Amino acid sequence: MADTAGEKKEYWRWQENCWIDESKDWRSAKIITAGIDVGSVSSQAVICVDGELYGFNSMRTGNNSPDSAKNAIGGVLEKSGMKLEDVHYVVGTGYGRVNVPFAHKAITEIACHARGANYMGGNGIRTILDMGGQDCKAIHCDEKGKVTNFLMNDKCAAGTGRGMEVISDLMQIPIAELGARSFDVDEEPNAVSSVCVVFAKSEALGLLKAGYSKNKVVAAYCQAMAERVVSLLERIGVEKDFFITGGIAKNPGVVKRIEKLLGIQAVQTKYDSQIAGALGAALFGYTLMQKQGAPAKAA
Amino acid sequence: MYSAGIDMGSRTVKVVFLEELKVDGAPQLKWGVKGKHIMFPEDLDADQAAEKAFDEALQAAGIARDKVTRVVATGAGRKQVKFATADVTEVSAGAKGAVFMCPTARTVIDVGAEEGRGIKADGDGKVVDFAGNEKCAAGAGAFAESMSRALQLSLKDFGQASLRSDKTIPMNAQCTVFAESEVVSLIHSSTPKEDIAKAVLDAVASRVTAMARRVGIEGEVALIGGMVHNVGFVQSLKTALGVDQVLLPEMPEYVSALGAALLAAENK
Amino acid sequence: MIANYGYKDGSGEYYISIDTDKCISCPAGRACLTACPKGMFEIITDDYDDEVAAVKQSFRRSLAFDCTGCKPAGGYSSLPCMTGCTPGAIKHSW
Repeated sequence: MADTAGEKKEYWRWQENCWIDESKDWRSAKIITAGIDVGSVSSQAVICVDGELYGFNSMRTGNNSPDSAKNAIGGVLEKSGMKLEDVHYVVGTGYGRVNVPFAHKAITEIACHARGANYMGGNGIRTILDMGGQDCKAIHCDEKGKVTNFLMNDKCAAGTGRGMEVISDLMQIPIAELGARSFDVDEEPNAVSSVCVVFAKSEALGLLKAGYSKNKVVAAYCQAMAERVVSLLERIGVEKDFFITGGIAKNPGVVKRIEKLLGIQAVQTKYDSQIAGALGAALFGYTLMQKQGAPAKAA
Repeated sequence: MYSAGIDMGSRTVKVVFLEELKVDGAPQLKWGVKGKHIMFPEDLDADQAAEKAFDEALQAAGIARDKVTRVVATGAGRKQVKFATADVTEVSAGAKGAVFMCPTARTVIDVGAEEGRGIKADGDGKVVDFAGNEKCAAGAGAFAESMSRALQLSLKDFGQASLRSDKTIPMNAQCTVFAESEVVSLIHSSTPKEDIAKAVLDAVASRVTAMARRVGIEGEVALIGGMVHNVGFVQSLKTALGVDQVLLPEMPEYVSALGAALLAAENK
Repeated sequence: MIANYGYKDGSGEYYISIDTDKCISCPAGRACLTACPKGMFEIITDDYDDEVAAVKQSFRRSLAFDCTGCKPAGGYSSLPCMTGCTPGAIKHSW
């Protein structure tokens, strides 16, 4: 698709990210596990050494899940000098989890996000909101990161990264700038009234005609998105601590508005919010390895 | 004397006049419909647009404004018609107009650009029950419109293309936004356009059929709203409903305005 | 665990909630599997290795349409899935 787009600017395109913890030496580790989260829009790979985060890679999902999985882990392997054979256990998660050819096990992204959030935000985390590319999940978990209540909405584009991409394209504002632009307004507008992204698009054009600045339209849309995900969270009940994962966690225009509506601050993380699922998967792998005892080799 | 119905849609305004005639001594409504259908000028307020459409319709019909005794408004913008005597929902107006045009219909399926619904009506066109899926493009014409754009076909060609297909490809995506990506990947995998068109129209038809089933399908089925013009959709709908025939009123865009005019006349 | 299957879209919220703790050693003999006229339920092994009921993936995005047979617009009194599940694990949000 990117090839045919030619000169057309891709406002929705977000930053890919690859990182390893230089302070750790994987060669001295007893157990190396990997989590691969193949989502509909982005794919992440996380490698853990002895149950600690070692490295990750986050990139756009390609045309097929097996290749996306390989490319995602390939980035971390290359950066660290590791080979796939060095990894003892691989857990696949996300929408394409059954299509990770080298995975030993598949676990749903709900369980993985809870586990990953528990690591990234601490064991006080009870409520997790994951705003992914084509879905939105609200999760309640216990102090071990075990899911106690969840819902996932992958039917409707409202409240998903895809919905945000549509608005970014429509307004011709790069997606990473949407958050900051949404606060650069003369006054905070009401949320766009249409939940449906298709109708919100026509509503946004109407607002522009009515004299709204682009920033103000973006603000109205961010507010609508916040209101929508908060209504999902309320279905499962909101309890502190609160953690946001997924790509939209990087959009302060939505995050700050969610925090305001809920009256609580989301716990901050130094890691990339998009890796929570893959991290949880790698941690599940670590627990399974500990139970099994002797490390197996990657398939 | 005349009664009028005005249908304030999201993109168009439709006006219908009804003349009261005495036939064989008994008062009877003669639907001397004189309608005018204008595009909603985007720079105009809704109440101005209604005023403008109404004036144009009066002029085209050659009716003096003071001869119109009652005006009933319907449609999404019905509350903005300041000169209306009363307003009724699209559901009531649609059922009334559809049963007037197709007297044997008891089930009315209304698929407009922004909503789809199933209505059960009695012999007078009064609503018995209805179920809708408003505010979500998935069960409405906007879904087909958006997909026809992805296929680079006009809505008309889109409908005709689907008639040439005998394949049944299920659409996984329910949401219009997600379905667009699904259509793009179908195009990339060299799926013929007519098969994709049929898949899309089948999807919309199955959704509105589910709504019609909620109210219970009785008597004959009439289809109103913009999708009447889409031959492919009509075919998909017949298959989904499992019926040989779906009644299609003349001038389908005016059915709701006519329904409102009929209700205006009855309320005198 | 409370598992909510379904969605919210512009037209409303449609969720079937299953309290999966009540599925473990189900006293109703997995009645949900046969109670639903559309066969929307299945038994899965969840991420914590419990065998519990779930709504099949193919129905999760279209509940508003799939449940219409049991939910006439004129109102309904009881739903086969909720009546069949005697432990009371199944709830509908709409």
